[in-house]
Amino acid sequence: MFVLAIDTSSAAVSAAVGPIEDPHALVIRTQVNARGHGELLAPTIADCLRSAGVTPAELHAVVAGVGPGPFTGLRVGLVTAISIADARGLPTYGVCSLDALAVADRRVLVATDARRREVYWARYADGRRRDEPSVSRAEDVPLEGCEAMVGAGARQYAEVLGLPLLDGDYPDLRRLVAAAAERVLAGAPSEPLTPLYLRRPDAVAPGQPKAVTP
Amino acid sequence: MSEPLVLGIETSCDETGVGIVRGSTLLADAIASSVEEHARFGGVVPEVASRAHLEAMRPTVGRALETAGVGLDDIDAIAVTAGPGLAGALLVGVAAAKAYALALDRPLYGVNHLSAHVAVDLLENGPLEEPCVALLVSGGHSSVLLVPQVGGEEVTELGATVDDAAGEAYDKVARLLGLPFPGGPPIDRLAREGDPAAIAFPRGLSGPHDPPFAFSFSGLKTAVARWVEGRRRAGEDVPVADVAASFQEAVVDVLTAKAVRAARERGVGHLLLGGGVAANSRLRALAAQRCAEAGLRLRVPRPGLCTDNGAMVAALGAQLVRHGASPSSLDIPADSALSIEDVLV
Ligand SMILES: Nc1ncnc2c1ncn2[C@@H]1O[C@H](COP(=O)(O)OP(=O)(O)OP(=O)(O)O)[C@@H](O)[C@H]1O
Ligand SMILES: [Mg+2]
Repeated sequence: MFVLAIDTSSAAVSAAVGPIEDPHALVIRTQVNARGHGELLAPTIADCLRSAGVTPAELHAVVAGVGPGPFTGLRVGLVTAISIADARGLPTYGVCSLDALAVADRRVLVATDARRREVYWARYADGRRRDEPSVSRAEDVPLEGCEAMVGAGARQYAEVLGLPLLDGDYPDLRRLVAAAAERVLAGAPSEPLTPLYLRRPDAVAPGQPKAVTP
Repeated sequence: MSEPLVLGIETSCDETGVGIVRGSTLLADAIASSVEEHARFGGVVPEVASRAHLEAMRPTVGRALETAGVGLDDIDAIAVTAGPGLAGALLVGVAAAKAYALALDRPLYGVNHLSAHVAVDLLENGPLEEPCVALLVSGGHSSVLLVPQVGGEEVTELGATVDDAAGEAYDKVARLLGLPFPGGPPIDRLAREGDPAAIAFPRGLSGPHDPPFAFSFSGLKTAVARWVEGRRRAGEDVPVADVAASFQEAVVDVLTAKAVRAARERGVGHLLLGGGVAANSRLRALAAQRCAEAGLRLRVPRPGLCTDNGAMVAALGAQLVRHGASPSSLDIPADSALSIEDVLV
């Protein structure tokens, strides 16, 4: 059963293709380019398919990281996953992108870059997420129960956060696929890929038009 | 061989449009609009529009297929607006189009939104295989174009607005008159009850030494604002219908005069209107009158096809396929500032 996996919740543009039964056989391609999602993702997927020797018609499911992450890049990944699934009649499965960074056997803080001097974060223990994903300034992230931290946001604010930093700045597609494997294998119902924006759109209602006569 | 079946995707602003055409026959034109979510902000909020595109994309594709009575497997090519427009909004459509093209193994055509506004005319008025002058008037653009072949890869801009677009002027004037966004339709409606000669508003760049095909609408907008403020300050009522009609007359007078002049100077037989403002009833009427006087044939799509939609993108895509244009690669960018003369990316 071949799956396509996509994550564009960070500066990394990542895709993977391979058998769901064997995450180690996944062909994974990642390029780090915070503004390149729109241009890079489709060719990256094409490259994964070619390298794995899999055609789109042979896919069984699409797994996507639903964020949280910077909006524009995140949407590129989700609309791509949704459209490929639509074109091939495939189910889609969403995974919180922070889960793809968590280290199974450690109590860790996962923090990714949310721009505007903030991080997206959640705490993990025994491979399980303990918080709803949140966005806040690094100073305001609670560190109780964490022995280490991981993620590009953790690296960026390493001094403020102060925990030992683990390797792996970006979501790991092997973990992403593993997080959805049970549902994929069980043929669970397709899930809507709803982005975790965690912030409202910036929009201000205008005041009265300015007078042109003094 | 039968004509190509093309699916077109449009997400450059606040409409998620998916159209399906066979050659120049319209089969479906599905639209989801986020305009109501923007209305209270008096203009399109880019992030709100982008979020709405993501939600609407798949359902809108589904509705278009259902209306056309075809399946995705039947589609021969995917066309998408690659620019100009709102960067984040464009990106949703471009990414979706790439994904459909990749998953279906069909060619992708990243096309110019403004050329699509012109090409949509083919769906109603049939092929035009000779040069024409097109007046493109929309929310973001106002240009006079020389188009050797509608749906071809070549477009030359003869002139453009130096400041506000015509649609922008409608939207700004509507706001100062307290009318809802977008301002074109309510002004169009109100103007029918007003006197277009009530107030002599200025005709921008219409002097003998001004560039012949350039427009300027920001002075007009300021003149309307001044006039309205003067009335309000004097404690008098503002005759909104008269203001709307007089403002509208100033806009469409200049637009039609310059477009007709361009067609005559270039020796072409047709004038074509496109873009959201081409839905305006007075612009259509005055253009018809002036074209008749000048011996020109007027081509203008029905109002529903003038504002943003996916059918126009599909229509342009189908022409590019027909002319053997090379498909776009999967790494094309969404280009928010795409030049009006770049028809295919
Ligand atoms: N009946 C009308 N009369 C005048 N203006 C109108 C009418 N209907 C729509 N408009 C105007 O058309 C504009 C929208 O047109 P369109 O959708 O083509 O613009 P856009 O896509 O935002 O801009 P662009 O095509 O330049 O990227 C708005 O400014 C709107 O007020
Ligand atoms: Mg438009």
